[in-house]
Amino acid sequence: MGAVWNAVLKLYGEYGASRSGLTLINYDAEKGVAIIRTFHTTVETIQAALASITKIRDKPAAIHVLTISGTIRTLRKKMKQ
Amino acid sequence: MKKTYADLHLRPNLKDPEQVARMIRKASELGYRLIAISLPSNFPEEKIQQLRNICNEAKVDFASRVDLRPQTSKGLINSLRKLRRRFEIISVMCESKRVARQAAKDRRVDLLNFPSTSFRRRFFDKAEAELASKSLASFEIDMKPLLILEGPTRIRLLSSLRREVAIAQAFHIPIAISSGATSELLMRKPRELAALTSLFDLDKTSAVEAVSRNPVAITKRNREKLGSNFVAPGIRIIRKGKDC
Repeated sequence: MGAVWNAVLKLYGEYGASRSGLTLINYDAEKGVAIIRTFHTTVETIQAALASITKIRDKPAAIHVLTISGTIRTLRKKMKQ
Repeated sequence: MKKTYADLHLRPNLKDPEQVARMIRKASELGYRLIAISLPSNFPEEKIQQLRNICNEAKVDFASRVDLRPQTSKGLINSLRKLRRRFEIISVMCESKRVARQAAKDRRVDLLNFPSTSFRRRFFDKAEAELASKSLASFEIDMKPLLILEGPTRIRLLSSLRREVAIAQAFHIPIAISSGATSELLMRKPRELAALTSLFDLDKTSAVEAVSRNPVAITKRNREKLGSNFVAPGIRIIRKGKDC
């Protein structure tokens, strides 16, 4: 999550980050899949921040958005599909 | 209707066939249905066919592309004369004002690209846009520099892109967003590239078009032109023989 916060802070600053409502809901280290919550008004902002991540703990990495949903229940359903 | 997403600027190391294949497969996984790989001008036809075969296996359409970096406008004209019928997409990296102006007005140029870190050599101004609006050239933005640059250099790049995108939109010049990726880790999904464009104030609809409709239109137009039935824009042979 540190990498995500850093990316948001780098691109939008503390003011922008404070408006995002960014929260980590769940992280499955085995699958490398995380569920992140953000306000619907800042989805694109967070998507851009995630796409801008090229390193995590100094190791080359990339984060891709698998799916976006309005509720966590629908999100889990979508991910099962 | 489902959108066809395209990344017209993949730059794998062509000496490493494994990496090329990995990047093609990755593009397919990320949702692209059309990709173009930047090739040297003397790249043999057999190798282009090999790339096509790999793309077919990965269920991605392949377009051949050459990046020209001419020093003079005369050099650009000569290269275009030699290469236009060999490659489906021609991009010009405009490193001088004269080359930029010539590229903008030449109908054989598909994409105008500018150096990402030499801000004084980004010649996409209103004069350039006016010339480009009368030809067929699109304004190409590679996202790789946005990902790898940091601090003041990225800030300056964003500032330049914001200005240039506004000019391109004012003159109705199509914008093509490409990854410019040299490795799989620098490749992003089409919607992620579209999200990144919000950093330089490109609206969502235009951003999605820049990764789908615009690059697909360039490829389609050029394939028609390179086809044996093409005569002139709007004129093509539909039937041959005695009964015509």
